[in-house]
Amino acid sequence: MKILVCISKTPDTTAKIAFADNNTKFAADGVQWIINPYDEWYALVRAIELKEADAATVIHLVTVGGADCDPIIRKALALGGDEAIRVNSDSHDSYFIASQIAAIAKENSYDLIFTGKETIDYNGSSIGGMVAELLDLPYVSLATKFVLEGTTAIINREIEGGEETDKVQLPVVVSCQKGMAEQRIPNMKGIMGARSKPLKVVEPAAAEAFTSIASFTLPPAKAGVKMVSAEHPEELVRLLHEEAKVI
Amino acid sequence: MSVLIFLDQADGHIKKSSFEAAGYGAAVAKQIGTTAEAIVLGNVNDDLALLGKYGITTVHTVTDEVLNHVDAQVFTKIIAEAATAIAATVIVFSNNFNGKAIAPRLSVRLKAGLVSGAIALPDTTNGFTVRKNVFSGKAFANVTINTAVKIISLNPNSFTVATTEGNAEVAPFAATIEAPKVQVTATDKVVGEVPLSEAEIVVSGGRGLKGPENWGLVTDLAKLLGAATACSRPVADIGWRPHHEHVGQTGLAIAPNLYFAIGISGAIQHLAGVNRSKTIVVINKDPEAPFFKAADYGIVGDAFDVMPKIIEAVKQMKHL
Repeated sequence: MKILVCISKTPDTTAKIAFADNNTKFAADGVQWIINPYDEWYALVRAIELKEADAATVIHLVTVGGADCDPIIRKALALGGDEAIRVNSDSHDSYFIASQIAAIAKENSYDLIFTGKETIDYNGSSIGGMVAELLDLPYVSLATKFVLEGTTAIINREIEGGEETDKVQLPVVVSCQKGMAEQRIPNMKGIMGARSKPLKVVEPAAAEAFTSIASFTLPPAKAGVKMVSAEHPEELVRLLHEEAKVI
Repeated sequence: MSVLIFLDQADGHIKKSSFEAAGYGAAVAKQIGTTAEAIVLGNVNDDLALLGKYGITTVHTVTDEVLNHVDAQVFTKIIAEAATAIAATVIVFSNNFNGKAIAPRLSVRLKAGLVSGAIALPDTTNGFTVRKNVFSGKAFANVTINTAVKIISLNPNSFTVATTEGNAEVAPFAATIEAPKVQVTATDKVVGEVPLSEAEIVVSGGRGLKGPENWGLVTDLAKLLGAATACSRPVADIGWRPHHEHVGQTGLAIAPNLYFAIGISGAIQHLAGVNRSKTIVVINKDPEAPFFKAADYGIVGDAFDVMPKIIEAVKQMKHL
């Protein structure tokens, strides 16, 4: 069994969001970077669990990014991947990134490709579906549970107001969310071991970018909270009806 | 040239978010001087001619039982065929669960740039630029699509639809239907409740409610307001409420007109899932709760005292 886990570097959840260069770039100064939580907690940890259940499993990690992604990919290796590939590109276009991942996948023919359900910075939720289409593979999105029975995967995916259980033959691309696995903390053995695991840097394959970011904007600041006395909660109902007009 | 809107359906009914996508698609069509057509797959019980009210001229249907479940691969091929047949230059999805599964595949298949999570009509004064949410609702990106065919996946509850008169023509579309590789063996969903992702009003409870036995305060208000119910992460993790009600960064991200938070402190991870709500009400007995900073209206008070009075006031307002 060969698994590819797609890893992305994102600003920490609590990072201050600001923009530079005339609002065309994210202001990265002083920002702490993390592994995109969906990639780490759900996609990667579920892959590690599958390897724990079957020692013959090999886990490759892939990321598309500059050299500043290396600490992130090392941390992912410390959690449990076998080797990592970094495609050296700073592109933010989903199609370009998916094309890079698909190119790596074509070389290595994986049984399973896991992504997080989205990144917490660009919130595209697109890479998994694009990679699946590029490889002509089935795609199960927003998975909450993944069970392997031989070469058949039983996957739960979220639908409006509930879940659906899917059955699909490998290979398959799956985007992972809460429920798939529980967050883990890398241990010292993992951290030491990660230093000697291979991290291959490759130049990007030729691919188009379909989109470009013209600019960023911050939402207008909230006017501030209007407090209502706990003695007169009915005043809140009046305000919601007459002022905000939402009920 | 035309705009094609994918209408997502479940159990024979078009989803509310798809009507929004239809209205949005019609507005885009008007903007670029063309017509808006729609496609729906599977067996539908709704009167599709009524899509005319949303500005749709033709609804293309493919009524094969196999399409009652969404397989992204099969759906992508059919939508691509339809888009090519009507020479669509813009394709619109709702950015709901199925939209997230299909739109990226279609982007690759048609070599069409995708903006997912769009929240406004495109700016076509200089190219084709669409505003979308980024950084979990903390900022917007204006993304330019540089391909000839464009795909927009519209965030639910982000576009106000203006309805008009008129009927759409309903026309069967002869598509190649492949056998799905993903087989659906079971579905498990709540019936008869407003789906959280589509709700205009959401009433949500946190640990401050002290236990599942007190959830009547949430559900009673929700019922009165026709709202969906939600909860914070700890509440879902302890098992007081089902996981599909969890809103926040790791749960569902929602953008209702009114988000009513009871006994939720408002950690940044929770805010990431609800900060796009148009009006936020926070009821918490801790005046230092961070949620008040993100709220429009707040009451510092004990939910067990305040909520029954609010429920009573809503009943009076509705003359119940």
